[in-house]
Amino acid sequence: MKGNEAIAEAAIQAGCRYFFGYPITPQNEIPAYMAKRLPQVGGTFIQAESEISAINMVYGAAGAGARVMTSSSSPGISLKQEGISYIAGAELPCLIVNIVRGGPGLGGIQPAQSDYFQAVKGGGHGDYRLVVLAPSTIQEVVDLVQEGFDIADRYRNPVMILGDGMLGQMMEPVEFGKRKPAELPPKEWATAGWKGDRPRAVINSLFIDPQALEDHVKKIYKKYKAIRINETRAECFNCEDAEIIVAAYGTTARIVRSVIEIASKEGIKVGLIRPITLWPFPAETIRSWAEKDHVKAVLTVEMSMGQMAEDVTLAVGGRKPSLFYGRTGGMVPAPLEILAEIKKIREGALK
Amino acid sequence: MILFMLERMLRLVPMDPERLILFTGHFGSGKTEIAINYALKTAESGKKTILVDLDIVNPFFRSTEAKEILEAGGVKVISPNFAATALDIPSLPADIYSVFTDRTSKVIFDVGGDEIGARALGQYFPYFKKEPEPSYRMYYVINTKRPLSASKEDILFMMREVQHKSRLPVTHLINNTNLSYETEICDIIKGQALISQVSKSVEIPIAYITGVKELLYQIAEHEEGLKSILFPIRLYMKPPW
Repeated sequence: MKGNEAIAEAAIQAGCRYFFGYPITPQNEIPAYMAKRLPQVGGTFIQAESEISAINMVYGAAGAGARVMTSSSSPGISLKQEGISYIAGAELPCLIVNIVRGGPGLGGIQPAQSDYFQAVKGGGHGDYRLVVLAPSTIQEVVDLVQEGFDIADRYRNPVMILGDGMLGQMMEPVEFGKRKPAELPPKEWATAGWKGDRPRAVINSLFIDPQALEDHVKKIYKKYKAIRINETRAECFNCEDAEIIVAAYGTTARIVRSVIEIASKEGIKVGLIRPITLWPFPAETIRSWAEKDHVKAVLTVEMSMGQMAEDVTLAVGGRKPSLFYGRTGGMVPAPLEILAEIKKIREGALK
Repeated sequence: MILFMLERMLRLVPMDPERLILFTGHFGSGKTEIAINYALKTAESGKKTILVDLDIVNPFFRSTEAKEILEAGGVKVISPNFAATALDIPSLPADIYSVFTDRTSKVIFDVGGDEIGARALGQYFPYFKKEPEPSYRMYYVINTKRPLSASKEDILFMMREVQHKSRLPVTHLINNTNLSYETEICDIIKGQALISQVSKSVEIPIAYITGVKELLYQIAEHEEGLKSILFPIRLYMKPPW
């Protein structure tokens, strides 16, 4: 399946019955698939008149307790930020997919990872966090969509799948239903019709009294602490005796895997730390490897001018040199380019 | 022996008598890879060959990306304006009309997926009508491992839509059942059974089974009856790792 189709089918299989969106390349296969499939399973697909309208439809459906999703690509996600902040403020679960393309501005339609800051550092206004999941294969896309919905419901917080044009457009075989749905409590907070059998549900993100707003934000931040403890995920590959550790996520991590293979043939030991959750960020994993004596340097590779690199550098905490290599604007780094960078660092670090 | 026979078949593949060859199919069915292989084989046989990239649906993984390989193989490529320039503007160039007036070349059309892609073809309907017999051959490519084309009903539905929008009837089917690098010959054979049902119900023959040669060799060994329709292809659209 194509990455975008896999996202859509995985959402349907995870029980998502509502999709609101507005077209933009390179994620159009998601709404196109949803438009065909949702009516077959008793769901609703609406192409809204804009991204702003789409995210507010998501806000409404989530408030009513529905499993709901929207998807877009970079400029469209920028438009959705106000709604995302409202959804986080009102503590509602939903899944937002960003198939990132080159920016800033209208940018281009080729794959990029330059929306990392926007995804993990807020994007919208106010004290809130998005859980950000970064798959690197189509199978992982499928698994993380199920997981993303479950995390969203468990913590009543929006979750983002951060992909890129490459992951959205490429095709790989996939298997559905590998990740089992979580057992979740009923959504008693949802405004799903009141019959006098429970306290009235109110969906709101407005707090006039500053003390009430501070209390509300502190309550949300308790949740974020729990998310940090329970949901931080990373994959470590070939790190055991690596001289250079590369931190990369999504498509770039796949390219780094090819680099590791080529490097090992030349006797260069390279490891990969691949954050699966970009927020919460697996800083602890990176710190613990950076402490090891055999690791001489940490290199972050991204399809951006260096965004995750800042979080990696914080995690490395001066224990070892933390360096960056990236391509941007829709350019995808080639394995040999990355290898050349590793060789340069190695010569410097091992002298 | 089998290898020799397959090699011989490979050479026979593009000998269709029609001048205009169309590859249609559902989204992601493998049309582009097959069209590229078909065009290269046609050019290899010494014919003047043109490949028209008519895909206005998908700005990625398109035949224009293989332009260098195609041109090196003697195939002239006509692309939509802006194709492979990362601009998402689906407009078709005027040179497409030239392939209908100059009848000295064999022309291969790589049509976009689903009924949306076939719509681009509809505007050339009058030219297909004017073409002297045998005028055109319209392949419909099916991968039964793709979503929304895994049942007889789904395949028939999309094929009807494609014919309706392109205003041209499908003349031949292609079984391109695959799961990328996880394909096994039983997938292809199960796909063949399903597409045979489709073929029977619409009375359109299955012209080819396409796939990588390693798998098709295995099929040639096991399924004597299918040997004559195997069309091994090379893959040209690849990610950067």
